[in-house]
Amino acid sequence: MPSPNWIEIRNLSYRRSPTRWIFKDVDMDIPRNKITAIMGPSGCGKTTLLKLISGQLQPEQGTVRVDGIDVADLDRQGLLALRKRMGMLFQSGALFTDLSVYENVAFPLRVHTKLPEDMIRDLVLMKLQAVGLRGARDLMPNELSGGMSRRVALARTIILDPELIMYDEPFAGQDPIMIGVLLDLIKRINQSIGATTIIVSHDVAETASIADYIFVLAGGHIIGRGTPDEIMNSDDPMVRQFLRGLPDGPVPFHYPAANWQADLHMERS
Amino acid sequence: MVKHIQALGAWGLDVTSGFGRATLVWWRALWGRPDFRDGPRLFLQQIYFVGVYSLIITVVSGVLIGMVLALQGYTVLVRFGAESALGQFVSLTLLRELGPVVAALLFAGRAGSALTAEIGLMKATEQLASMEMIGVDPLRRVLRPRLLAGILSMPLLAQIFNAVAIWGAVMVGVHWLGVDAGSFWSNMQSAVDFSADVVNGLVKSVVFGVVVTWIAVYQGYDSVPTSAGISAATTRTVVHSSLAVLALDFFPHRRDVRRDLIICLLHNKLFH
Repeated sequence: MPSPNWIEIRNLSYRRSPTRWIFKDVDMDIPRNKITAIMGPSGCGKTTLLKLISGQLQPEQGTVRVDGIDVADLDRQGLLALRKRMGMLFQSGALFTDLSVYENVAFPLRVHTKLPEDMIRDLVLMKLQAVGLRGARDLMPNELSGGMSRRVALARTIILDPELIMYDEPFAGQDPIMIGVLLDLIKRINQSIGATTIIVSHDVAETASIADYIFVLAGGHIIGRGTPDEIMNSDDPMVRQFLRGLPDGPVPFHYPAANWQADLHMERS
Repeated sequence: MVKHIQALGAWGLDVTSGFGRATLVWWRALWGRPDFRDGPRLFLQQIYFVGVYSLIITVVSGVLIGMVLALQGYTVLVRFGAESALGQFVSLTLLRELGPVVAALLFAGRAGSALTAEIGLMKATEQLASMEMIGVDPLRRVLRPRLLAGILSMPLLAQIFNAVAIWGAVMVGVHWLGVDAGSFWSNMQSAVDFSADVVNGLVKSVVFGVVVTWIAVYQGYDSVPTSAGISAATTRTVVHSSLAVLALDFFPHRRDVRRDLIICLLHNKLFH
């Protein structure tokens, strides 16, 4: 019987440089067909975690198993095959600038399937209709606003009906209307194609409103995990600081630095 | 002192790992099953961007360099009454040396820098990463057609350069300065050997095409994905490929020729 978790992370450690650890001994289970949110302050390694799951980075220690497969064991071709089953929405959208909106969305179909042109057209128009941009199919990426490019990128991400969809900061820099649109889309896509969904975000209220389960990361560790209610009512000081947006607390406001007075040459007097 | 030795060692490691990464890029991009479905279309597209777009600068420079060669060659040769050898002088200079080398330098400046900037920007805007996430290898999809197009375009551009440069030389030498057309062409025909001169120049331009495109594509793929990183990578493409072209043009000469050239260079440095 398959495990109820699509992704199982065990003892994961990763460092960016010999002294700067991004993760230390992180354990995490991402359940199938649910929306899991990973929250945490900027720079805590949320995006890095997505890259470790998709095999763009290799962990220093520990394992990342996706649907029972250890990502570190895969060669380049194996990784590419695994990624066909995943979709990732990049923060920037990452549309191919030399292709139109229509061709961007059709790209995964063209390279991975042998469907006839009229079927590709129907599928692309269906996905563009779902994100409300059927009328924008002939525009080029440089003619789109930030919110529109993200929706086009979303249509491209879901065109192959992936089993896992990862959203990297989907709400960052969007206006309230677009955040509402994206929330609704993420929820509907999760329900309609039953994909396991991971949202990486620091927009607390929005993310908590649609997530089934939340992990809060800070300082290389998981400082909180639970359903949105459990997290919102947590009495852990770090989690509370993050959720309430307090400028200083257990998560320091200052980047590690030498003594402030010594830095101002106070010791000379 | 120790610091300097450390820096030297670090630099050596850096260069060596750079060569390793460049070889891996080359290997992964070109090795493997050819893509018959989209490959030809992407390849033709790149021939257009890499080759056809470089035509104007190649042709214009070719005509002008041919004209200058004829003019300067004539002023020297006419003193000895040997202006009928102008055809021989121009064609050998172009076919053996100037054609492949200058065309390669122009190619590095026009197409190489564009390739680096394009691939670097695709990396900076996460287009390469998103392609990987779609399950498509950007090395094969993006780098392979560009490499192949560069390798095919460079020898063609060099031959076009030679042809228009000889035409420029005829305009100046024959039509303006009045060298006899019959002796110009017959001298050229008798002096140029097909395998020693034409094929030799062609082989050179193929090698230059491989090296310049390889450097350009690798620098783009390996660039730091920021605006400063891409600008540095573009500069490196032009500088490294120009130096590589000049070095590769110099070293394959016979050893005695090379020795004489070095002595000549040193002599100039020391006494002038």
